[in-house]
Amino acid sequence: MSEASQSHATITSLADIKEYRGLLSWVASIDHKQIGIMYVVSAYFFLFVGVVEALIMRLQLIRPNNHLISPETYDQLFTMHGTTMVFLMAMPLLFGFSVYLVPLMIGARDMAFPRLNALGFWLYFFGALMLYFSFMAGGAPAAGWFGYAPLTEKSYSFDHGIDYWALSLLVMGAGSVATGINLIVTVLTLRAPGMTLRRLPLFVWMVFINGILVVLAMPPLNAALVMILADRLLNTHFFTPATGGSALMWQNYFWMFGHPEVYILVLPAFGVISEVIPVFSRKVMYGYGLMATSTVAIAFLSFGVWLHHMFATGLGFAILYLFAASSMLIAVPTGIKIFNWIATMWGGTIRFSTPMLFATAFLIQFTIGGLSGITFAAIPLDWQLTDSYFVVAHIHYVLLGGTVFAMIAGTYYWFPKVTGRMMSERVGRWNFWLLVIGFNGTFAVLHILGVLGMPRRVYTYPDVPYFGLLHAISTYFAFVLVLGLLVFVANMIWSLLRGKVAGDDPWDAWTLEWATSSPPPPENFERVRTIHGRRPLWDLKHAAVAPAATKEGR
Amino acid sequence: MERNKMGMLTFVASEAVFFALLIAAYIFYHRRGGEGPTAANSLDLVKTSIFTVALLSSSVTMHFAVHSAKAKKSRGVGVWLFATIVLGAIFLIGQGTEYLGLIREHVTISRNLFGTTFFTLTGFHGFHVAIGLVMLLILLGLAMNPRGLHPDSPAVEVISIYWHFVDVVWIAVFSVVYLWAFV
Ligand code: HEM
Ligand SMILES: [Cu+2]
Repeated sequence: MSEASQSHATITSLADIKEYRGLLSWVASIDHKQIGIMYVVSAYFFLFVGVVEALIMRLQLIRPNNHLISPETYDQLFTMHGTTMVFLMAMPLLFGFSVYLVPLMIGARDMAFPRLNALGFWLYFFGALMLYFSFMAGGAPAAGWFGYAPLTEKSYSFDHGIDYWALSLLVMGAGSVATGINLIVTVLTLRAPGMTLRRLPLFVWMVFINGILVVLAMPPLNAALVMILADRLLNTHFFTPATGGSALMWQNYFWMFGHPEVYILVLPAFGVISEVIPVFSRKVMYGYGLMATSTVAIAFLSFGVWLHHMFATGLGFAILYLFAASSMLIAVPTGIKIFNWIATMWGGTIRFSTPMLFATAFLIQFTIGGLSGITFAAIPLDWQLTDSYFVVAHIHYVLLGGTVFAMIAGTYYWFPKVTGRMMSERVGRWNFWLLVIGFNGTFAVLHILGVLGMPRRVYTYPDVPYFGLLHAISTYFAFVLVLGLLVFVANMIWSLLRGKVAGDDPWDAWTLEWATSSPPPPENFERVRTIHGRRPLWDLKHAAVAPAATKEGR
Repeated sequence: MERNKMGMLTFVASEAVFFALLIAAYIFYHRRGGEGPTAANSLDLVKTSIFTVALLSSSVTMHFAVHSAKAKKSRGVGVWLFATIVLGAIFLIGQGTEYLGLIREHVTISRNLFGTTFFTLTGFHGFHVAIGLVMLLILLGLAMNPRGLHPDSPAVEVISIYWHFVDVVWIAVFSVVYLWAFV
């Protein structure tokens, strides 16, 4: 037990906690740590499902004029893959980290509303099951992850796939709002004494802003889903042009949600990176205030750019210019973050442990994804590239090369805290290099395919120069990528069973979650001392040397 | 701020966006309905105004219920909650009869865009009133039980936030759907 510990350290693994024994203790749990773990495990399970769907698509695309699967199956696969990755994998993964870590990082006992927390998880869980039930109920949805009307109308999608799709998103949307509210109120009301907003760990800042985004951005999606469900089940006319309805209405409402959603999918990942980089560079975060304010700026601006997803729908020029400008503007606060992370690493004593490796890869890959994103803000380029494989490359650079890499960094970083066991560093290196090579090999070439004119969402393509070659390269590297993911899962399972005991604070970190045992006891802390700075644990560890050493955030 | 209150306010903010978009849809489709029923030729402004008064006064009675709760007068809480419930129920019954009348005239949700947007918007509002009534009934039950509601429980105030919100939404809906049709 270290000097700084704020709890009894007799716990060294989850099995030591008697409150967590038995299936019922999990199913009926309102403990934020158990709920967080259930979120993360479910999310990684659906990552696996989504990857299997992706592999089938990649196999179909391996050579021109291939007929491994039918066009209908291909449509179902990309729809289920996209929906799964966004709503069943990424969001719950981020929520899992958020509800697990926020109370610990602010020195609280639990979330503000523990029951609501459980409700949020179970709404997600059953919503996810409902989506997959569609396979058994006559056919999965096949209209893409953004389900454009009128393709989703009954006259074009007759079986029940879209009904399940819309209902399940509605159920999960309600759960997300519940969790968003919970996170906001937790951060505002349950901080430890002395932890002012200016001393909040950056992860908590980003999760807090994310909560606001969730609460305000889910309603447009829910409204649109209600309308499409009414169209399909009650024969209303919202999106049927023949009777005066408007297909563009769906696009507007969907992207009013959809653009903030992309920031919902990345802000907590930014938070993870902002915790990992300083600790492994042994330097305080450069530009703490700018990091927080640029997050607020991103959240604010993200509600004013949605039309850049609709540049090809024939809007007036004034509107086009306005949204092109706002879309370029939102790159500024994001760029600021990238520079701050680099500045933090600059001149630091960098330890390239696995979390830091993944954080570094995140920085590079996310920047590439950001640059291809800016490309779309230039309207003529968007007209050329929209609905091509360039978009597919962009999505995966930000979501997989960005968010998922960051969350893997976070997994390596916090796994010792959550389970009490270190993950293997040696396997971690294999994991890292397989993923980096597999990921970039799979998706970098897709940029070229897009520029050459390969449209997205088609099940096969004619034998024109380079198409077959580039697709084949992408498919082969996809297997390397999947191997990397399998190594990751294997490392988690092996480390859980055999990993070396972590102790309270294996990384010599400075946020509060490291000041309790690993895994933390159900009550988190026995007592929380008053916080005097941004690095409460550092202050505790160095209290004898320099009392209240850090003046930051006073 | 007390955490339940903050939670409810955040929830209300989310709901406000939801209703704003339903209202925007109503406005957007207003002139695109084509032939058939419209707000102007199928709605009864006078009747609905009366039910509107009932709903708006229920906000006043709710306010008094909160007042009594703060003054720790549990009898007052019960009486004012009861009044609020009655007024809310009158509103819902009014909406029910309005719907019945419309449906008898074959103005349904699938008839045309007016029906579509009108029933969706007012239907969701009515649904929220119904949820509010359920919460108020539970509160009333607790208030009547001497061991049920702690006098300084924030519950009354928290539910009053929701109830006032539902009222404010109705003011917006009433202005857009009813008043706009007749100017
Ligand atoms: C092993 C990793 C992955 C592979 C091989 C892969 C492959 C693919 C393929 C082949 C498509 C369909 C392209 C088309 O025909 O238009 C696709 C679409 C998509 N992917 Fe992935 N993907 C992977 C991981 C991910 C992850 C981690 C995410 C998100 C976090 C993601 C999000 C999406 C989205 C949103 C779409 C668009 C779906 C649509 O068009 O409706 N993918 N992916
Ligand atoms: Cu966007």
